[in-house]
Amino acid sequence: MSGGAELFPGPDRDAAEEILGRYPTAHRQSAVLPLLDLAQRRHGGWLPPAVVDAVGDYLGMPSMRVRELVTFYSMFHDRPVGRYLVQVCRTTPCWLRGSDEVLAGAREELGIAPGETTPDGRFTLVEVECLGACADAPVVQINDDYHERLDGERMRAWLRDRRRAEDD
Amino acid sequence: MPTLSIDGTEIEVAEGTTVLRACEQAGVEIPRFCFHERLSIAGNCRMCLVEQVGVPKPLASCAMPVTDGMQILTRSERVQAAREGVMEFLLVNHPLDCPICDQGGECDLQDQALYYGRVRSRYREAKRAVTDKDFGPLVKTVMTRCIHCTRCVRFMDEVAGVPELGTMGRGEDMEIVAALDGCLHSELSGNVVDLCPVGALTSKPYAFAARPWELSHTESVDVLDAAGSAIRIDSRDGRVLRVLPRVNEEINEEWIGDRSRYAIDGLAVRRLDRPWLREGGAFRPVTWEAALAAVATALQAAAPERTAALMGDLPGLEGMTALADLMRARGVASVDCRQDGGAFGPGEPASWRFNAGIAGIDRADALLLIGTNPRREAPVINARFRKRWRAAGIPVARAGPVTDLTYPVTELGAAPQVLAELAEGSHPFADVLERARYPLIVVGSGALARPDGGVVLGLARRLADTVGAAGPVWNGFSVLQRSAARAGGLELGIVPADGGLDAGGMLAAARAGGLDFVYLLGADEVDPDAFRDTFTVYQGHHADRGARYADVVLPGAAYTEQAATYVNTEGRPQQARPAHPPPGDARPDWKILVALARELGSPLPYESLDGLRSRIAAAVPHLAHIDQLPPPAPLAPFGDPDGALDAAPFEEMVPDYYRTCPISRASATMAACARAVADA
Ligand code: SF4
Ligand code: FES
Ligand code: FES
Repeated sequence: MSGGAELFPGPDRDAAEEILGRYPTAHRQSAVLPLLDLAQRRHGGWLPPAVVDAVGDYLGMPSMRVRELVTFYSMFHDRPVGRYLVQVCRTTPCWLRGSDEVLAGAREELGIAPGETTPDGRFTLVEVECLGACADAPVVQINDDYHERLDGERMRAWLRDRRRAEDD
Repeated sequence: MPTLSIDGTEIEVAEGTTVLRACEQAGVEIPRFCFHERLSIAGNCRMCLVEQVGVPKPLASCAMPVTDGMQILTRSERVQAAREGVMEFLLVNHPLDCPICDQGGECDLQDQALYYGRVRSRYREAKRAVTDKDFGPLVKTVMTRCIHCTRCVRFMDEVAGVPELGTMGRGEDMEIVAALDGCLHSELSGNVVDLCPVGALTSKPYAFAARPWELSHTESVDVLDAAGSAIRIDSRDGRVLRVLPRVNEEINEEWIGDRSRYAIDGLAVRRLDRPWLREGGAFRPVTWEAALAAVATALQAAAPERTAALMGDLPGLEGMTALADLMRARGVASVDCRQDGGAFGPGEPASWRFNAGIAGIDRADALLLIGTNPRREAPVINARFRKRWRAAGIPVARAGPVTDLTYPVTELGAAPQVLAELAEGSHPFADVLERARYPLIVVGSGALARPDGGVVLGLARRLADTVGAAGPVWNGFSVLQRSAARAGGLELGIVPADGGLDAGGMLAAARAGGLDFVYLLGADEVDPDAFRDTFTVYQGHHADRGARYADVVLPGAAYTEQAATYVNTEGRPQQARPAHPPPGDARPDWKILVALARELGSPLPYESLDGLRSRIAAAVPHLAHIDQLPPPAPLAPFGDPDGALDAAPFEEMVPDYYRTCPISRASATMAACARAVADA
């Protein structure tokens, strides 16, 4: 299989091999989701088309099949996203518990609408459906972390902190 | 074997049968969109819902295997409600633009909405709209109509082996897209139009041309390659508007190649629709009487040894027989049906037939391709190779140039010398073939048309013996022809008699001034320049290469305009039927020759199509057994295995899939395809 070396250089190579090792050799393609995740983490949080094709080559899968997965799963991004991906849940439980307010706080603090990225490329704001943590609604996922029982003010404060930390 | 009841009737079915199939076996119709018997099961449209007694939710019958004792209801109120519900959801985003949709009248969505849907829509909200895609010159897209059944995606992935279609996004945002704009890189792409159950994918050249109920249907056989696929010709007012595949499990299953489907616009242009006579370098239209008189005069003036007749790639048995009879009656020995010079052993049917049969591919467990690119020479046969590879992962090797055949191939190189090693048994792939129970050795007609074609033929035949591929039960030695006429001409024995010239000999003799008269029956793939100084009669339907230097042009009928018998690469005779009469003054091939024989004062022994066909049946009885495979050919060795092979490598015989014959060369659609492929 080609593409492995450029796609997963250095230590990532071991990580990729480890992932492949979890699946039977006859079913290499089963590793596609974790490998896409690994690739996305190594490419600035999104998957450029060349990387998608390279994952396909690496696993011996037509690139069309990999593209389908990338566009199907909301965890994969086929366009650049900010360093912080702010995903505000808007499904009924969160909405009942004030997700509108949380979203408004984020919009205000970042000065962008859902679907947009701040001009400095640091923050991307999106609305998503149920994140599966309704008991602690309203919920926002930022990169790999959940932020629960938020309100507009706490949302703003968190974003402000991150911004300051980044500026330093 | 499980037994189940369907609407109260007991039925026993094979293990692993799905509920939908069991219903079909019981004669109960189940509506469906995504399910297709030749594609994998997707289970995504939900139209096939049925009720199982005792199970709370309706189940998707296409994906549910039968278990013993199941009680299935297909007409209950719950099923009716489920179908109405599914229809309602499918129509939420469907534009309901049937009046301007080409699928109208033959649309599964339209039909099933009528039979299974609600009478009125309750939907008042906005509908989504999807941007149309550019799938190239053949497939028109109106993507707002798509119901996401993924049949097109699965076809390209599974059958065509060109995974260029896919679904992007999900839910409300899902769309079907192509990997590249401008073209689908498959010779089978037109089949997605038939598969699409709605009007999302329709035929671009046929756009807004007709409504299905205005068309007359003619069941016929395709002649644009040598597979002999079953087709239906749809015509109106003396014009062929479209060609669709018919099911023939033995040959094309239910697919056809894009050239067979889409070259038909070529039938309406560059036609020879009246006789022409060359006078002082220019053509003058003349009457049939004048044209036939001119031919007769020239033919009578020419000595039989300086007279020749050559058949092209498209004539049927009837025309070829009439021409051969006419020439032989005059003592002409130089009559040949092999315009490309193929070294098929005369009198050895096994040397020109695909002896294993196309359906035999489904049994093959090792495949060797010699000097052939089946993907371009016969796409439906290549799809069958691919199907076999998908089912059984059989080893495939090829001696010939490297191209993508849509399945993995062990490349043995393009140098023909490898054949000698294989035939000796010293090449590793010979062992693979030897271990196989049903080894299949496919020799391309191009490999036999080389100067050393006889040696290639002989070595391939010897290889079949070396590995035990040619026996009375299974004969895996198979020739893949490229032209619809060739196997028929060979079955009829249209090769030079003793002392006669073959195609190559005729060209050489003509160039050297040794030929006074040549009759070309649709022979367009030879260098017509060779016949500059020979009195040349061209009989055919297109002003292509053959007519260029002709002295007399006799307008014949194309395959959609005359009753003719064609023998496919397996040696199976099939009948083409006229969808409409030929244009203008053009006439069926055999009638022209019967008239010419009369003009010569030595009429042929038949005056009717039936008479001519009886003559063919008397000469070669199995050619009268329409649609049947011929009796197995004798297994004697043939060819010249001990001759010397050329150093020249095997070549690609079909550099341009879209343009291979006078019809496809006249087609603007085919030209557009060739451009699209070149640009992509
Ligand atoms: S384009 Fe037609 S065949 Fe393809 S998914 Fe849509 S409805 Fe199905
Ligand atoms: S609704 Fe927001 S986490 Fe479930
Ligand atoms: S036909 Fe069964 S789900 Fe589509």
